[in-house]
Amino acid sequence: MSGVRLLVGTRKGAFVMTSDGKRERWDISGPHFGGWEIYHLKGSPADPNRLYASQSSGWFGQVIQRSNDGGKTWETVGNKFVYEGVTGTHLWYDGTPRPWEFKRVWHLEPSLTDPDTIYAGVEDAALFRSIDGGQTWQELPALRAHESGRYWQPGAGGMCLHTILLDPSHPERIFIAISAAGVFRSDDAGKTWRPMNRGLKSPHELPDPDAEVGHCVHRIAMHRSRPGVLFMQKHWDVMRSDDAGESWQEVSDNLPTDFGFPIDVHAHEPDTIYVVPIKSDSEHYPPEGKLRVYRSRTGGNEWEPLTKGLPQRDCYVNVLRDAMAVDSLDPCGVYFGTTGGQVYASADAGDNWAPIVRDLPAVVSVEVQTLR
Amino acid sequence: MIRVVLPAHLRTLAHVDGEVKLDVEGQATQRSVLDALEARYPMLRGTIRDQVTQQRRALVRFFACEQDLSHEPPDAPLPDAIAIGAEPFLIVGAMAGG
Repeated sequence: MSGVRLLVGTRKGAFVMTSDGKRERWDISGPHFGGWEIYHLKGSPADPNRLYASQSSGWFGQVIQRSNDGGKTWETVGNKFVYEGVTGTHLWYDGTPRPWEFKRVWHLEPSLTDPDTIYAGVEDAALFRSIDGGQTWQELPALRAHESGRYWQPGAGGMCLHTILLDPSHPERIFIAISAAGVFRSDDAGKTWRPMNRGLKSPHELPDPDAEVGHCVHRIAMHRSRPGVLFMQKHWDVMRSDDAGESWQEVSDNLPTDFGFPIDVHAHEPDTIYVVPIKSDSEHYPPEGKLRVYRSRTGGNEWEPLTKGLPQRDCYVNVLRDAMAVDSLDPCGVYFGTTGGQVYASADAGDNWAPIVRDLPAVVSVEVQTLR
Repeated sequence: MIRVVLPAHLRTLAHVDGEVKLDVEGQATQRSVLDALEARYPMLRGTIRDQVTQQRRALVRFFACEQDLSHEPPDAPLPDAIAIGAEPFLIVGAMAGG
């Protein structure tokens, strides 16, 4: 019996939602960790019952939770995130130097093969790893120590490392993305890093629009069968790379606006991708008050709006960068959550949508596990 | 015996109801009380004070005997009423919306 389990992080707690393969009826548990901000939860690909959650609070700081039974029970694990060595400074919003300071974990990325190994992307931007199930964390300091680090600056949400992609065909290759620094790639498990931002243009945000580092990349995504092809939702522009990030081409074309946050790839069609266009960097809601997911079946450039079941008037929510996910059933399920507290599901690759819930706290992240 | 009152979120995190009662070695100070608290409830490490600098988190305050002790030195003796358990040591999340 196949099914899916949705892991939803919100501003006031976590929710776990389960359904069978039809994905019509949902059981919802939560809030877990009520009242805390849950930036992200994710399950281990190697052991679907092993889940990790980032729990944080402006008052009480960072906590990491771990479950060994698919989210029924949780235990706290290590929360000591200490930068390695001399931390130095990055740039503040006004371009002045600012000391590095740990604030929270934005994204947790479990290893593809070991349930006890997990990466954490944090604010201020750095990459940490645990190899003991989250009990202890060590920074991979070469990233933050990159010569460009002193020029990184925060995006509106903070200077966060928000995306971690592990390459299934190159075990030592890691892609990360930082707002606002851009994409970096390591081919040696984090010992060294190179910026991967050639082709990105940020004329409204950077004095040098083609700068090697400094772009506000919102999200990158890959299909595991074709990890050399990457898709990106940048602050403005939807981009594509066919050479593992070495160069990027814009594929926004007929989108109503190319600003947005999430981007994801269909589980079975590596050239089918999804974005949620948002009006602008100063108006974080859908254009015309219509919540539309846009799908391209051609890897970009040719986009179609997906609207059936989504509000097409008076809708002014946002969809944040980690708040979209796809399952691997057939047909592929697509899910996203909004800052208005709705979680929408499509069991047919985006053709039709229905809300699973409508009134959660603002949704920060959505992940899905396909259970077989 | 020292009585400690935790804010609701930390009671949940530590799986406790009501006051926490701690035996503190030596003089009762903020540091010795927090050391004992964190030893009993390791999940509270980092939530009240920084794990490296040991500094109180900015939005956490310490009240006792109708006084704000947040800015007292961590090794200053706590009031006698706290040391003998007549009054609780209050760990409070600062008033700040949310």
